[in-house]
Amino acid sequence: MDFVGFQQELAHAPATERHTHNRWEPYVDNGGTSLAIAGADYVIVASDARQSNGYNINSRYDPKAFRLSNDAILATAGYAADAKRLVEVLEQNAQMYYHKHDRVMKASAMAQMLSNTLYGRRFFPYYVFPILAGLDNEGKGALYCYDPVGNMERVVYRSFGSASALVQPFLDSVVGFKNQRGVDPTRLLERDQALKIAVDAFTGATERDIHTGDWLDIFIVDRNGVTHEKRELKHD
Amino acid sequence: MFRNQYDNDSSTWSPQGRIFQVEYASEAVKQGSAVVGLRSKEHAVLVAVKRSPNELASYQKKVIRIDDHMGIAMAGLTSDARVLSNYLRTEAMRSKMVYGRALPIGRAVNAIGDKAQSNTQEYGRRPYGVGLLVIGHDDTGPHLYEFNPSGIVSEYYAYSIGSRSQSARTNLERNFDTFEDMSLKELIVQGLRSLRDTLQQGKQLDTLNTSIGFVGKGAKMTILDGQDTQEYLDLLDEGEAMDTE
Amino acid sequence: MDSITLRLPHTVERPAEATNYEPTTRISQPTVTGTSVVAFKYKDGIMMATDCLASYGSMARFRDETRMTAVGKTTLLGMSGDTADFQHMKHTLNNLLTQEYDMDDGQNLGTRSIYKYISNIMYGRRTKIDPLWNSYVIGGIDNGEKVLGFVDYYGTTYQSPTIATGFGAHLAQPILRKYVEGHEDEITEEDAIRILDDCMRVLYYRDCRTFNKLRRAKVTAAGVEISEPYALETNWNIAEYVRGYGPF
Repeated sequence: MDFVGFQQELAHAPATERHTHNRWEPYVDNGGTSLAIAGADYVIVASDARQSNGYNINSRYDPKAFRLSNDAILATAGYAADAKRLVEVLEQNAQMYYHKHDRVMKASAMAQMLSNTLYGRRFFPYYVFPILAGLDNEGKGALYCYDPVGNMERVVYRSFGSASALVQPFLDSVVGFKNQRGVDPTRLLERDQALKIAVDAFTGATERDIHTGDWLDIFIVDRNGVTHEKRELKHD
Repeated sequence: MFRNQYDNDSSTWSPQGRIFQVEYASEAVKQGSAVVGLRSKEHAVLVAVKRSPNELASYQKKVIRIDDHMGIAMAGLTSDARVLSNYLRTEAMRSKMVYGRALPIGRAVNAIGDKAQSNTQEYGRRPYGVGLLVIGHDDTGPHLYEFNPSGIVSEYYAYSIGSRSQSARTNLERNFDTFEDMSLKELIVQGLRSLRDTLQQGKQLDTLNTSIGFVGKGAKMTILDGQDTQEYLDLLDEGEAMDTE
Repeated sequence: MDSITLRLPHTVERPAEATNYEPTTRISQPTVTGTSVVAFKYKDGIMMATDCLASYGSMARFRDETRMTAVGKTTLLGMSGDTADFQHMKHTLNNLLTQEYDMDDGQNLGTRSIYKYISNIMYGRRTKIDPLWNSYVIGGIDNGEKVLGFVDYYGTTYQSPTIATGFGAHLAQPILRKYVEGHEDEITEEDAIRILDDCMRVLYYRDCRTFNKLRRAKVTAAGVEISEPYALETNWNIAEYVRGYGPF
């Protein structure tokens, strides 16, 4: 079929079909993986820093976990441009909250605000899968995870992103003690165990998922504040 | 009976070339309690005396944070200061969002200067009844600006506005050439010394009525109130003790 | 008077009812386009190269285009994609710089600020579903630090010691990563030029929308310098041994 013929066919095609031809998709998946584990008095957040587009690696160090305040970390996965804008919006809202109330926004307030922010774009969503980590009012580790339109859930551990299908079952086994006899499934991990598991999860994910690798950002939040650590993953 | 025919609104000149509404607004600034601002080559400092309307009331806030790199102190109508500080805060956020850079202090002050000016030219409007000292730190170093209801904006080494502020200015004029190389602590104490000169007979600076704000190279905008000011008030007293020895 | 409608041969008549129900879309296709940008950090700053071709589809339409421009004193902007959108971007940036100059207050817009500003324009346009059809590479020195960043029509941004757009992402990026990654502060200008020319030569051999007339640019502490066009030495001797693509 020649070009003119193709165009004519397009013009006479049913509306829905034509739109799938014409419409420019305003989203990309930039790959990468995030995970978080909550403990009795801490949370640990880990995200790899590779940004990719299809089979191309854009950058080996483009962080996707962000420190929002002295006790809240946001880990993301999905479309990097939306994630970065979302973080800016949250930071600005948190600053307005601070000015209004003379108090730093707590993780629980930040969690609800994030849900509202995402839902505010229900019909043109931020294509981001966020995990918000902080401490709750009793000082326990608190994790909130979301879908792109703001459905929120408090969890003990979670992984999102390109290797989440690899990492989440691993966490189910070693953090959630799922389908095991003689263990207390509500038991929380000690901090050094959680750190080891997070690192192991990413070492494994880097082997099996082409979109995960290069560098690992690890944040630990506890009552003393936030610590950040950068570890090397395989670059292949 | 004599009555001023030229002060009904800010868009009317008097035959002597004055705009009375603007001058009245400046009087409102002089009625507010004093604030002092000064800077060294690395820091800018604000100190202020807070007033409370009566024994049962809390003290009125004088120093306001705008962003990590900027803060203001006000003399005059608190509510007008709040409007201006909200505007400055959104402008500072906008600069961060659009250019990823801290809003340059001079531009921030000129922006509110322009807002104030339009109130002095448009019929039916009222000039702001507040004066501000704005401190901040940007790519060109620390800054201290004065804003007043006329829309005039000026940069200073050290300055003071509010009631009896002339006494503080006299003190600052005598000493400002030594501020350049001062440490942050010395600068704050120097500010408090000037501020004390504005107090009425029998009044003292104490942890209840003193407010301190500072910003500078590597120091985010910080406001000290209450017990946090004690350290500097002590230093102020020590300095006096040494002077009299 | 009767009017005559002259119809161009390729005009497509759309049924009236179809146009009524269509959503508003402002997507256009790129028309006149430039291909890869190649850029990386080296000892003294940033090196970048583009060729001088602006294609109209597969036609080598404009053969003396410059796809790099200085933005202010220490920032360099390289472009892939639609040349008209690039002109629009240059116009917008020029307005910004003029505004800044008129302020005359000793402040200056660093590379990071310009990068942020361009990124905001690109992300803003994608959010309006009216993208500027470009990929941009922004390089410069900001506060004594080398900055090299990328933004495309999705508003996707990243910084990296080596960046290549378009075909360059496939063909030049592996070469750059091999020679540059981890050595950004050691590579001399001579080596940088050699690496750059190697990348551009490979692209000239394999990307059909390239042209053997290119410009090189660098940003150092001294400012931005964009070279005059030059050609690369090429060798097509093996071409006659290649079998299987033509009639022989």
